[in-house]
Amino acid sequence: MATVVKTYEPKFWDRFYLPAIVQGLVITLGRFLKRKDTVLYPEKKHVPPPGYRGLHRLNKHDDGRIKCVACEMCQTACPAHCIDIEPSIAPWEEGEERYPVKFEIDLLRCIYCGFCEIACPKDAIELTEIYDFAAYTRDDLVIEMEGLLKVFDITKDGNVYDRQNRGESIELPVTR
Amino acid sequence: MDTFEILVALIKVVAVFVAVILAVMVMTLAERRVAGFIQYRHGPNRVGPWGFLQPVADGIKFLLKEDIIPANVNLPIYLLAPAITMIPALTTFAVIPFGAPLEVAGRTVQLQVANINIGLLYILALTSVGVYGLVLAGWSSGSKYPLLGGLRSSAQLISYELAMGLAIIGVVMVSGGLTFNEIIAHQQATSWNFWKQPIAALVFLVAMYAETNRLPFDLTEAEQELVGGYHTEYSSFKFAMFFLSEYANMVTASAFMVCLFFGGWDIPFVDETQMGAWGVVLSVLVFIAKIGFFLFLYIWVRWTFPRFRYDQLMRLGWKVLLPLGLVNIFLVGLWMALKV
Amino acid sequence: MTAILFYIFATFLLAASLFVVLNRNPIYSVVALVFAFMNLAAMYFLLEAYFIGILQVLVYAGAIMVLFLFVVMLLNVQPDQPRPGLIHFDRWWYGLMGLIFVGLFLVLIGEGARLLLTSPAGEAVQIGGVDSVGEALFTHFLLPFEIASLLLTVALVGTVFLAKRRV
Repeated sequence: MATVVKTYEPKFWDRFYLPAIVQGLVITLGRFLKRKDTVLYPEKKHVPPPGYRGLHRLNKHDDGRIKCVACEMCQTACPAHCIDIEPSIAPWEEGEERYPVKFEIDLLRCIYCGFCEIACPKDAIELTEIYDFAAYTRDDLVIEMEGLLKVFDITKDGNVYDRQNRGESIELPVTR
Repeated sequence: MDTFEILVALIKVVAVFVAVILAVMVMTLAERRVAGFIQYRHGPNRVGPWGFLQPVADGIKFLLKEDIIPANVNLPIYLLAPAITMIPALTTFAVIPFGAPLEVAGRTVQLQVANINIGLLYILALTSVGVYGLVLAGWSSGSKYPLLGGLRSSAQLISYELAMGLAIIGVVMVSGGLTFNEIIAHQQATSWNFWKQPIAALVFLVAMYAETNRLPFDLTEAEQELVGGYHTEYSSFKFAMFFLSEYANMVTASAFMVCLFFGGWDIPFVDETQMGAWGVVLSVLVFIAKIGFFLFLYIWVRWTFPRFRYDQLMRLGWKVLLPLGLVNIFLVGLWMALKV
Repeated sequence: MTAILFYIFATFLLAASLFVVLNRNPIYSVVALVFAFMNLAAMYFLLEAYFIGILQVLVYAGAIMVLFLFVVMLLNVQPDQPRPGLIHFDRWWYGLMGLIFVGLFLVLIGEGARLLLTSPAGEAVQIGGVDSVGEALFTHFLLPFEIASLLLTVALVGTVFLAKRRV
């Protein structure tokens, strides 16, 4: 197939450069006046797209019982070995017979791959949209079971950042 | 010279000095904010309302930073260079009238620090002295990149001073005087020089960008090739002095442009002599607005166009702007000869 | 007031000029020469010859000395080392040059004194303005002016020719 080579031949006005210069200035002026893409972070929070993999949560049943059965599938699937589970016999009569007494995730080791989510047979562990968790020590970034359950509480009613941008004050369990 | 005159002169000197420094501060902020806006960002907006205290924070930072003097600099000249750059930058504004004459206590006060009869040449002379600062800074740093930057800047400034001078000559020819007051009075009596000599205005505008080392002609500090140009080896407040004088030069060059081609403090379609003191205030505001436009244009152009290559720069200066300036002088001369 | 300023500028001028000749670092010499030109310009200002004064700064200090500096920097001239035992020819040569210089200087001073003594006071007031310089250049000294410009053109063409051949 023959390639058609387009050569640039400057027209009469192109030789003065001025039309091109004015064109360029108009383009930048347009950008100057347009809405800015930058999100002014602490006041306004970036809303991650659906499917974003952030902080983990442990889901609960409608009656408040934990969904997790401490099968340790997630722990096995985890490539970063950041999950630490201690199973025990469930105290309740109905439903599952096992539950975790300890469920810790080292957030600094976690690579947020989402394998735990896929491995879980009970849909108990999930990754949420939360990204702005930080702490002053490494120990503070090992999230425990209560924390993970609290994340479920704050994330179950829609996107956290959407709500924060609307002015709702939501306290994250890990931050500070 | 009585007390009144001395007092007025002092007030004018302080006012102009403070105004130029303030303009420089606003410019350093505006540069970054406009850059942000053009790139869909916000720019620095955290220090104070809309970031207005950012220049203050920067100034404090410059004052408190460690002043590093590299080992193999030529110390006397290394220390002298920032001062040589800064003094002309801050003194050139003295001859620029910034408002209509004010009547105070029965006397007329010119809103201008010094009305010398060769105001135009004074500015040209001082800017040409400012070149030494850059060249000597480059040489005394004892490092190759500043040296290259210094050499480039001197060649560039000398080349474009010619084009600038030629552009000015056309204006001087029609107004018949070398003071800004005569030029502005002539423009008030007829029309702005921009409408009469667009070629000269264009040549002057381009030369102005080259003279102040601004993009697209900032070859003296081309970051990608020369690290930082002539001020690579400078730190702390010595660097701040170079920075300050660059922006002060921009303010003066804009004022120069406004006085030569856009009527100075002249308010279009309004006769400010009818309004008394308010007319004077209005004329000062109009002058500031006009300068503000050209300062914005500086930033606007900087974030729109890429840098010229060095040979392109020289070709533009010598083979395009210089002949254009000569053509303009010829046309003006022809026009004047035909009119008489 | 004018007299005090004159002596201040004159002192600076002489000191800077001596420094130009006496020190061994060419860059310092250039800087000192620029300073000397500035003081000279200031003295023109004291004589109310603003135009000549500003031209002094614009042309000599602003343009020509930058080229000097350029050359000194590009050639990377090192500070002059004192050489033991000058060649005798050099010494004679320097002596002759010095004599010619002193002679010229004396003639100049004599001429200046003659002018001062003979011309009436207050005549030379408005001599350094744009009008008077321009008028003198384009009427009385038109031919020398044009010849000088021709000379400069020839020099320019010659430079371009020499530079082009080497490329």
